[in-house]
Amino acid sequence: MTAGAFVWRPWAVLGGFALAAGASLAYLGVDFGTLLGRDSVRQMAQFAQGFVPPDTSPEFLERTLAGATETLAISALGTLLAALAGALFALPASGRWGRWLRAPARLGLNVLRSIPELVWAVFMVLAAGLGPFAGCLALAVHTAGVLGRLFAETLENAPPEPARALRDAGAGATLAFLYGTLPVVLPQFTSYALYRWEYNIRMAAVLGFVGAGGLGQMLYVSLSVFKTHEAATLLIAMIAMVSIVDLLSAWLRRFLGRSDA
Amino acid sequence: MQVGAAAAPRDPALPARVVLAAVVLVLLWPALELTEFDPRKLFETGNLLTMARFLGTFFPMALGADFLGLVLRSALETLALATVGMALAIALAAPLALAVSESLSVSRIGPAPRAWLRRMLRVPVRLLLVVMRSIPEIVWALLFVRAVGLGPAAGILAIAINYAGMLGKVYFEIFEAGDTRPARAVLESGGGRLHAFFYGILPVSLPELVSYTVYRWECAIRASVVMGFVGAGGLGQQMELSMRMLEGGEVATMLVAFFALVMLADAISALLRKGLT
Repeated sequence: MTAGAFVWRPWAVLGGFALAAGASLAYLGVDFGTLLGRDSVRQMAQFAQGFVPPDTSPEFLERTLAGATETLAISALGTLLAALAGALFALPASGRWGRWLRAPARLGLNVLRSIPELVWAVFMVLAAGLGPFAGCLALAVHTAGVLGRLFAETLENAPPEPARALRDAGAGATLAFLYGTLPVVLPQFTSYALYRWEYNIRMAAVLGFVGAGGLGQMLYVSLSVFKTHEAATLLIAMIAMVSIVDLLSAWLRRFLGRSDA
Repeated sequence: MQVGAAAAPRDPALPARVVLAAVVLVLLWPALELTEFDPRKLFETGNLLTMARFLGTFFPMALGADFLGLVLRSALETLALATVGMALAIALAAPLALAVSESLSVSRIGPAPRAWLRRMLRVPVRLLLVVMRSIPEIVWALLFVRAVGLGPAAGILAIAINYAGMLGKVYFEIFEAGDTRPARAVLESGGGRLHAFFYGILPVSLPELVSYTVYRWECAIRASVVMGFVGAGGLGQQMELSMRMLEGGEVATMLVAFFALVMLADAISALLRKGLT
């Protein structure tokens, strides 16, 4: 882009996007006139009014807290299992167990990763029954695919010299990995896993929609039986949880960043 | 994590690893109980049978002409609802981001009439953006399905609200991160907020804004597939139906369609974004 020239490309993309949106609207045939018309807006307002005030009875607050803890537990355990499985998968996927294992391992990780958590959750509810265990497994399986790929890339980019030195000094392959490679990659592994945990907390909160436990399941149930006051409390709990995790991780990152510098 | 570099007699990596393992264990124990972790459940005969029967129906995939037509129509519906939702999200996010932007603030360069009032007005807009983006899109979808009924309309509104929250925040950050001197110059020579935006900020940051928006469109497509699970239209809604009926062949076909859709969106988005930089 030369200085002073009109930037046409972004405008072209925006224009194309506007065209696509127009065509999509025509295809869907959603009538926004009625959708945002007076009747529909009144109906929505009525629906929204049903949420006030949130249910603040102590016993429901207690259940909400239990639900939030369950969501946290699902995300923590799911991410932990995923990190372990991902590390295990990363070994063949980085070509450490022979060249011919690399491609199938990568394919396997890709399949795990491409199926969304919610689809896994439906599978896991079938396989393990309703409840948090299914959610935990669903998160673990999907996240193992994500982390496995990231871990494999880290392993491939790790400097080979320390492990080589150990091998040359007579150490076995396992020992050389544990003391030559692992210390180099472990900080990166933990930071990927922590980042993913943060993401999974949000995910765990909604996996319950298909019956996989936590706040999501409570929200789904209370909306199904039109207990909108309870739903309001649960929504507030969700927002609070996500915001607290956001703040904590931002703070932690700044803190860690400073200690590194 | 720093591995002790001091001359350790035995195992220099040990302390760090013990700490890590301890943290993991402390996390693990209560979590195992809270999540009712029990691998034996996977091998109960009832569950095993259901799962085996379901997986057994995955092949052959459902490839009837009628069904393929339905899958194509739902995939198009997903694409369309994500696109319309994004268009609405942009329309919502741009004014909100403009309203909260500090570098466009007249009150920042000097005394302005009722500056405190304007500053106060920015707080609720920011809060609104936070609420819009902290409730995940699928929760919005669930709420809108209750409010406006099953179908793509709920999905469009859910994408619009949630993504407007995200876009609003990122637009705002892009406005602040770019070179703000041109905007300041416009403000100092007496221009208003809109003047400063169109002549000071937009020319500098437009490529980045568009590039980020295209990336979000790609995310919206993934998200709208999943949103269908609560009844918000598109491929996801069909997939949920087939899963509930344990029609494995149909699920398999739709998973393939889902991958194709996501890869298509990936490719388009990568192509566009490469053209922008």
